[in-house]
Amino acid sequence: MPREAARKGGVRILDAVKMYGAEGSGVLAVDHCTFDVPAGEITVVVGPSGCGKTTLLNAIAGFHSLSSGSIYLDEEMLCGPGRLKAAPGPDRIVVFQNGALFPWKTNIDNVAFGPIMQGLMRRRHAYEKARQMMADAGLRGIENNYPGEISSGVRRRVEIVRALMTDPKILLLDEPYRALDSLTKSVMHEALLEIFYRNRVTIFFITHDLEEAIFLGHRVVIMTTRPCRPKKILDIDIPHPRDYSVLTTRRFREFMDETAAAVHEEAIKAFDAGEKER
Amino acid sequence: MKREDLRRGAVAICVFLLLWEAGSRSESWFGYAVPSVSQIPPPSAVLLEMSRLMLEPSFWESAYLSTLRVFEGFFAAMLIGIPLGLAMAVSRTFYGITFPVFEVLRPIPPLAWVPASIIFWPTQELSIAFVTFLGAFFTIVINVIGGAQAIDIRYFQAARSMGSSTWDIFRRIILPATLPSIVVGATVGVGITWAVVVAAEMISGGGSAGSMGGAAGGGLGFFIWNSYVGGSYTQIVAGMVTIGIAGYISSALLRTVGQWITPWLNEG
Repeated sequence: MPREAARKGGVRILDAVKMYGAEGSGVLAVDHCTFDVPAGEITVVVGPSGCGKTTLLNAIAGFHSLSSGSIYLDEEMLCGPGRLKAAPGPDRIVVFQNGALFPWKTNIDNVAFGPIMQGLMRRRHAYEKARQMMADAGLRGIENNYPGEISSGVRRRVEIVRALMTDPKILLLDEPYRALDSLTKSVMHEALLEIFYRNRVTIFFITHDLEEAIFLGHRVVIMTTRPCRPKKILDIDIPHPRDYSVLTTRRFREFMDETAAAVHEEAIKAFDAGEKER
Repeated sequence: MKREDLRRGAVAICVFLLLWEAGSRSESWFGYAVPSVSQIPPPSAVLLEMSRLMLEPSFWESAYLSTLRVFEGFFAAMLIGIPLGLAMAVSRTFYGITFPVFEVLRPIPPLAWVPASIIFWPTQELSIAFVTFLGAFFTIVINVIGGAQAIDIRYFQAARSMGSSTWDIFRRIILPATLPSIVVGATVGVGITWAVVVAAEMISGGGSAGSMGGAAGGGLGFFIWNSYVGGSYTQIVAGMVTIGIAGYISSALLRTVGQWITPWLNEG
């Protein structure tokens, strides 16, 4: 594992608050949130559906503003006092819940899109790199298919490859495997870890699946139900590289036991509050 | 699959023609006249009439005139409707200004425009083309607006974070994402154009472009009207069938072009 690889993509969230709607009558989505996403590691945020964790991700990505507080990327302020909305940029790429590959572009056109847009590479080089990265990720043979012609699991992998094409500092994954069946999911987890070991990109991963969180994460942040705030932050000391045998280890079970109650408690609160799925 | 569809279609048309033939000849065949249907000339007579018309240049002239008007109106509608729809979808201000006017004009049937259009435009030909244009225009604009407004916000967010400029987003996201709706609008629109052109020709007396003069010069709508006035019922139906076929060919043509420009929608 290339531990010496340049550590970049650390995110620091400081006292972030997000209020939707008018002041006073508004809904508080994020409530004085403070935690770190260490560079070169996988941080998984777990919380009930609709708790406001996506709001946080959108603030990092620059899709939404904060109401107050600040977010730093590698000591550089993304948003904070005076500029509450970060500018979206290729250093922070989102992989969306339902996928956002452009259906009108073939897979390789999708993957090569970023570098061409930014004028970083000549067309030919962008396509060479795209072909190479797809091959590395085991996606050979579907380059000229449209996203609509491949399975959703494969689509998600193409999307992650597309995200990595611009060498982002951090990948923001918003419940990327939510719609997949559990068998496909387990394959996707190992594929994601493999990509992570190869690229060492910082990953910010949102989910409501505790097992997924502990399996993938160096750090797991358990959120309260809306308004979201870290309830518990755990550093998962199961050594990387991990594979699926981890799931049956005693340490893994210990982490599950330690956190299940906390997550369950928030889930019940969310259910009682009638938070709708989103 | 494809062959099966073709066979089904052929069988359906044959059965339809057979029922029609039996219906219109019911008096001589079964000794009982089916109400209304027995008034219509049988398809065999219509087909005979059509093959006779095929040899007449004046019939082709009519078909040509109507086709010309349809395509003039249709292309004008595309040329103006697509940019207008996109502009309305993209700019909230522009939408706010134009949409109310658009929505008031939209429900007015194109045929209600015929008298005003005859007064307004200098030539009969232009008035018919204008009414034809209206037939396709509103459908195309509405489809473009709907298609562009329904684009998932994630596509914009993804494109933005991968470094797309506003122009890139328009060209590489909005335009391709709206293309399927444009195709739908165009396919529906061209069908309406055929409906409108024929009626406009009937009302306006066929336009002035015909070189043959009189009955021959006015397009298929006028051809049908003239056949009615002249009492030739087989010719009426022959004219109708011709329009049906022309409309089908236009839609099929657009569907083919549509499939070609939106390859990601073709399955497998």
